[in-house]
Amino acid sequence: MTARIGVITFPGTLDDVDAARAVRYSGAEAVSLWHADADLHGVDAVVVPGGFSYGDYLRCGAIARFAPVMTSVIDAAAKGMPVLGICNGFQILCEAGLLPGALVRNDKLHFVCRDQWLRVENNTTAWSTRYDSGAEVLIPLKSGEGSYMADKPTLERLEGDGRVVFRYVGENPNGSRSDIAGVADERGRVVGLMPHPEHAIDALTGPSDDGLGMFYSALDALGVAA
Amino acid sequence: MARVVVDVMPKPEILDPQGQAVAGALPRLGFDGVTEVRQGKHFELEVDDSVDDDTLAKIAEGFLANPVIEDWTIRRVEQ
Repeated sequence: MTARIGVITFPGTLDDVDAARAVRYSGAEAVSLWHADADLHGVDAVVVPGGFSYGDYLRCGAIARFAPVMTSVIDAAAKGMPVLGICNGFQILCEAGLLPGALVRNDKLHFVCRDQWLRVENNTTAWSTRYDSGAEVLIPLKSGEGSYMADKPTLERLEGDGRVVFRYVGENPNGSRSDIAGVADERGRVVGLMPHPEHAIDALTGPSDDGLGMFYSALDALGVAA
Repeated sequence: MARVVVDVMPKPEILDPQGQAVAGALPRLGFDGVTEVRQGKHFELEVDDSVDDDTLAKIAEGFLANPVIEDWTIRRVEQ
């Protein structure tokens, strides 16, 4: 059986094509999902890709979270479907309440665009089992509002429960609390991160192929051989 | 019809780099004595009389503001 992984396109999404390419590289079938269509077309997992959905109007992800497709994603996530939010997708999942916290403007106001080392802090989520715990991976980061914020009790709970999935290595690029680059929900099925694993799947187009592990991990979680 | 104003501000503990940038620019423009600037959003809503305060609170808390990072206030203004 070939896993079917949906990739959502909102108005203003940019990285749906690369996300679909990464899904295909991993051996799964990429299924295009449209923001206005609540039907998930029977997919086994969903990627919410990066970009500037609805022009980032109001707040990043604030309008996208109310799109018909997101209602279905929220329902599916409650039933355990693996969901990955990348960059703007991470912002959307936070706005939707699938992940805790929020992403705010980078400190010093700089848009950061660079290849960024991350440390894998939790290799038990649906999107990170292919990594060794503590492994360092090189993944492009490109965002202006990537500073992860949550109140102190939430941060303590995330740390205590091991729900920080990726952490920035070296200088903090955007002011994120506790150098957090990505977090998971309580069950480890929903993961969001600011860096772009879909841009790091081969040496031709990215700085590494370190990002591919996230997509392989999802196939493992779905019980599909990759 | 009534005019309703919703003001949304970053919570005090949330870093406000935009406000800091504005504050940093003022001395360069020759304006001294402004010690802090916080930048938020101001919404003006024209609403039917049938829209009650509870509904307005839901609009502010559930959409116009993100309570994780922002505080909000609502007031009805005379026109």
